Amino acid sequence: MAETALRPAPMPSEAETAETPAPAPAAKRLVIVLTKATLDDVYPAFILANTGAASGMEVDLYFTFWGMKLLDKRTAKKTKLSPVGNPAMGMPNILAVLPGATAMATAMMKRKIKKYWPTIPEMMQQAREMGVRMHACSPTMGLMGLAEEHLIEGVDIVGASAFLGWASDNAVTIFI
Amino acid sequence: MLDAVAKTLDTKGDLCPIPVVKAAKAIKEVGVGQVLEILATDPASKPDFAAWSKMTGHKLLSSSEEAGPPKVFRFMIQRAR
Repeated sequence: MAETALRPAPMPSEAETAETPAPAPAAKRLVIVLTKATLDDVYPAFILANTGAASGMEVDLYFTFWGMKLLDKRTAKKTKLSPVGNPAMGMPNILAVLPGATAMATAMMKRKIKKYWPTIPEMMQQAREMGVRMHACSPTMGLMGLAEEHLIEGVDIVGASAFLGWASDNAVTIFI
Repeated sequence: MLDAVAKTLDTKGDLCPIPVVKAAKAIKEVGVGQVLEILATDPASKPDFAAWSKMTGHKLLSSSEEAGPPKVFRFMIQRAR
């Protein structure tokens, strides 16, 4: 016989049974890991993060590897788009590797995106205002040449355990 | 009888996620029980506002569309808390 079966079921405390106004729906949690800082990865991450925050979710953005370029004061506003290895873009790789191709693709895409969405720095600002938390991954900071003083305001440094801690809190977890 | 609209939020021309982000701000500008009217042209706004209401607990009283172009969606959302 399982020992757990002998334990009495926990009784709701008096406070819980007392009549209270309808409780707010349970806040859910969204955790996004962002490993890259190209436009086509960053936009989906911030669109989901900002929508989650606007929907009452607790949102954590965990930046690692190249994703941390967004947290680096020196590179935060320089998100690019690489046409290399992106067959759907229609630029042959042989041209995509030429000097200037990334800059050109980035400029074209940023111009197009402007019609639909705010810029990445604006999306980040919006995220911050809505309480989205942003974290730098400590094990990869050194690898990416990032020290604590390079981080933009309001970012803390965490490790894999912190991420797993949030993820196991019944969170929606997305890896980009 | 539909409750009087306390505030109208015009998101015409905005695409996901902007309407929802604006709605999250605007709903705080009406009192609990009051109605926020939202106008949108984003074709995703109908399922998106239905999901948003469900997640936030604010009550989606009605959604309707006016033939366009552009087609305009109108949502009446009552602040729940």
